[in-house]
Amino acid sequence: MRYLPHTKEDIESMLKVAGQSCLDDLFNCIPDDLKTKDSLDIPESLSEWELNAHMEELASLNIACKDYKCFIGAGSYDHYIPAIIPYLISRSEFMTAYTPYQPEVSQGTLQGIYEFQTMITELLGMDIATASHYDCGTALAEAALIALRKNKNANKIAVSSLTHPSHRQIIDTYISPAGYEIVEIPYTKEGLTDVGALGAMDDIAGIAVQSPNFFGNIEDLSSFKTVAEAKKILFIASFTEALAFGLLKNSGSFGADLVAGEGQSLGIAKSFGGPGLGLLAGTQKLMRSLPGRLIGKTKDANGDDGFVLTLATREQHIRREKASSNICSNNGLNAMTAAVYLATVGKIGIREIAQQNHDKAVYLKTSLEKAGFESVFETPFFNEFVMKAPVSFEQKRTALINDKCIFAGMRLDKFYPGLKNHYLFCATEKISKGDIDQLAKEVQE
Amino acid sequence: MNKQPGTSGLIFNEPLLWDKSREGRCAVSLPKPDVERADLEKDLIGDAPELPQLSELDVVRHYTRLSQWNFGVDSGMYPLGSCTMKYNPKTNEVQAARQGFAGAHPFAGEEFSQGALKLMYNLEQYLAKLTGFDAVTLQPAAGAHGELAGMLMIHAYHAKMGKQRSKIIIPDTAHGTNPASASLCGYDSINIKSGDNGILEPLAVAAVMDEETAGIMVTNPNTLGLFESNIKEIADIVHSKGGLVYGDGANMNAIMGIVKPGEIGVDVLHFNLHKTFSTPHGGGGPGSGPVAVGKTLEPFLPVPRIVKELDSYKLVTDFSDTMGRLHTFYGHFGVMIRAYAYILSMGGKGLTDASKLAVLNANYVKESLKGTLNLPYDYPCMHECVFNDEFQKEYHITTMDMAKRLLDYGFHPPTVYFPLVVDSAFMVEPTETESKEDIDQFISAVKAIAKEAQENPEKLKKAPHKTKVTRLDEVAAARKPCLRG
Amino acid sequence: MKEISDLNLPDDVKYTESHEWAKIFDGIVTIGLNDYAQDQLGEIVFVELPEKGDTFSKGDEFGSVESVKAVSEIYIPISGEIVEINEDLEDAPELVNESCYENGWLVKIQPDDVSQLDDLFDKTAYFDTLKG
Repeated sequence: MRYLPHTKEDIESMLKVAGQSCLDDLFNCIPDDLKTKDSLDIPESLSEWELNAHMEELASLNIACKDYKCFIGAGSYDHYIPAIIPYLISRSEFMTAYTPYQPEVSQGTLQGIYEFQTMITELLGMDIATASHYDCGTALAEAALIALRKNKNANKIAVSSLTHPSHRQIIDTYISPAGYEIVEIPYTKEGLTDVGALGAMDDIAGIAVQSPNFFGNIEDLSSFKTVAEAKKILFIASFTEALAFGLLKNSGSFGADLVAGEGQSLGIAKSFGGPGLGLLAGTQKLMRSLPGRLIGKTKDANGDDGFVLTLATREQHIRREKASSNICSNNGLNAMTAAVYLATVGKIGIREIAQQNHDKAVYLKTSLEKAGFESVFETPFFNEFVMKAPVSFEQKRTALINDKCIFAGMRLDKFYPGLKNHYLFCATEKISKGDIDQLAKEVQE
Repeated sequence: MNKQPGTSGLIFNEPLLWDKSREGRCAVSLPKPDVERADLEKDLIGDAPELPQLSELDVVRHYTRLSQWNFGVDSGMYPLGSCTMKYNPKTNEVQAARQGFAGAHPFAGEEFSQGALKLMYNLEQYLAKLTGFDAVTLQPAAGAHGELAGMLMIHAYHAKMGKQRSKIIIPDTAHGTNPASASLCGYDSINIKSGDNGILEPLAVAAVMDEETAGIMVTNPNTLGLFESNIKEIADIVHSKGGLVYGDGANMNAIMGIVKPGEIGVDVLHFNLHKTFSTPHGGGGPGSGPVAVGKTLEPFLPVPRIVKELDSYKLVTDFSDTMGRLHTFYGHFGVMIRAYAYILSMGGKGLTDASKLAVLNANYVKESLKGTLNLPYDYPCMHECVFNDEFQKEYHITTMDMAKRLLDYGFHPPTVYFPLVVDSAFMVEPTETESKEDIDQFISAVKAIAKEAQENPEKLKKAPHKTKVTRLDEVAAARKPCLRG
Repeated sequence: MKEISDLNLPDDVKYTESHEWAKIFDGIVTIGLNDYAQDQLGEIVFVELPEKGDTFSKGDEFGSVESVKAVSEIYIPISGEIVEINEDLEDAPELVNESCYENGWLVKIQPDDVSQLDDLFDKTAYFDTLKG
């Protein structure tokens, strides 16, 4: 087997040194009754060529194997990935390296992630960003725990009902064993989180609102900050589409204490939902409360600049049971990917790409309206919006996937049961005018 | 091969991105706008983020140079104990990049995602069969995340039994994520000491196990590289008082095809796909931490679960006792593809051979170095062995000094200062993909360093000498954190 | 790390099992970490202190001290209300290493019951606990 270099001679001479007569004897320290008697019911090994055939067949069972037009977002976005990105991050010095615990031979990863942290603080308008988390949902759950722990008087957290449904579930999974609870903030007929509903909520430790929200609508985060300040609790902003901040005012500018986000849009493939990139940023004041890895700048013994993992005393390998989080790894290579993407698009590129996302989405919405769909919210949105479709659309939608390889929106009623025939549409810079015109023609009533 | 791998050569300085930035540069090919510019309310628009402005070559040169400052498995031997830094097969990258996988939208619908669902279902089956369990979740995004899932399932189980418990038993050899994960569930950690032979003793467990204790977290083999041979008796003690046994599967690389934790009393086990199953470490992630369970905990698995109906695969969330959801979608699918490809490439016999050779390599290192470095637990080891700096104390040389000097020789140092039960630990896990020649070079490097400790300790104290930077001031980094540029 | 006999243990303060020191002056008790503690911890990078007005009972955890690789909780030797904290430690945590009995003091507390000081070790008794 090509990954196992040992020859018969190697094994023989090594066994001699190890003091055993055969490989099986190496396991004599394991009592016989603990060893498995059955063989492994795992198929015989495949050659590289058989593996290719097998995987090609599996991949072909996914419709994504064809070039399809993706008009769905909902937390996973279809963006262009420039060629230099997979090229650079597949360099094995980045890919096959471990966590940079030996900084002298990890300056590539360390400087790369330091630059990532910096660019994320710029993007989000915050003081500090961590070296990343698994995804937005888990980063948001960690932010919720920070708020709950800081406020000894309350054990509830107010979360917008327009926060991604999966994220609300993840927060619940994380906080309920400790006896904490979510209170959902309802939404208004404008498709925005109802800040008025917060007035009645007394014992909350924090407020979490997603913007742009799950419907794609842009929230007025300043009104939530005002409420949080008055109640002396933390205000957490979240997002699923990182490119929005190429155009929109970022969460930091509204005074968010913590920001949790999804960075998959920054050069990372959709890959059936994972791995993505969890982003977490905070104010200077909350620096020592932030979970996850942090990279800092320092000097070496010769006075040269260098980078190290720092503030490790927050983390599990030192605090153990007193750690605020159990997180060990980050999504390192994906954070590097996002850094390369942000460096590639730069200040000019991100603005133009975000603008084009907005332009396409507006054109899509107008085109769908002309084709007989009903606009549901008259609220500003970014690259995603909700439309009410004619009843016949569901059938058409399935046919469009099978026949034309077009994914025309996502049904909302599985997440919001009251919204029958409502669909969430998305258009990114990858969607052309021609794609939109074709879709409008196909769904025309 | 007489020369040690580490040598000096020309590498490049490279400034920070914003120091290279020049107004007006852009490295991306912008698509041509083909629809009208749409307005947005002025007060919603922010300033463009102050990202660097670079040409494409600026970006390529930047990251190429940065990569040259890094050491990866492809560069040289990386014997980090507990991390299983085995070779990352390149065909796995080809598989993960297939358009049908990389381009798959998680909400495309089950009907249009059968390839992904089938792959995940098959992977679940293989992991379950490998370890003697009944069901698997692939949702946790990392080992620590899997530990949390395990703890949450145990928590849900006791809630369902009508009495929530407050404690978890944690051995002194445990990885820090164990007590941290238990804490996240609201459990108090009851720490117990391993015996003089480095493994857990049933009496020590029996002394603390009671009906307030939810269970025990055991790593087997443990972080000293020793097989916990009392595991069955310990499991019986815990079970007899209604508790459950959590297995930390980080060290699975030692026992594939040899021991199935599900057969010897473990109720729930997590895997690290980025350790045992060859997926790349990526400089710190992404990993993947699937969890396998027996029938007792199956009802509590996270949702959605993959269910096979005749020839098709469905995502089902309707499990009333589920512990909930841990990831926005289905876990780190991209990592699963690589692990799946690895399992298929190795086959059942290949995985067993991998474990046997991993254990052979570690015992070879142990026997070869035990005169040179102090071996606190002189027993047959599994896939890793733990030394310390006791012999070097008289020269005032520490584990840290020796680790830093190893860098000059062209090796990534082993894990240092873990596990905590050994003072100044030096934990070596060669893995099965290292050849005898590379291991022999490593052994002679360590011996040379031990000699230098005696004859030229200053060389070690000031090590490393050949790397781009030398020892960094971690105190300053922590006192005055500078976390952004 | 220092030998026990090299430790600086002044006569005019009281000591605790967990290596804090306490000294009363004008009814207010100043508390800090002793030489053994700062030596064991190594270079201190951060000190987490309570706020003015916080109250504690004897033996409560009232903060923590961090080096690069370790964290240690600090325990209050007597019950009372915090009246002052050493704000210099925010920018210069190394004061605890450099001058643990003077500039590196941690908090000043208004004691509930001054007699609690009598329960603490004097220098000789504390020194004995280290030797044992």
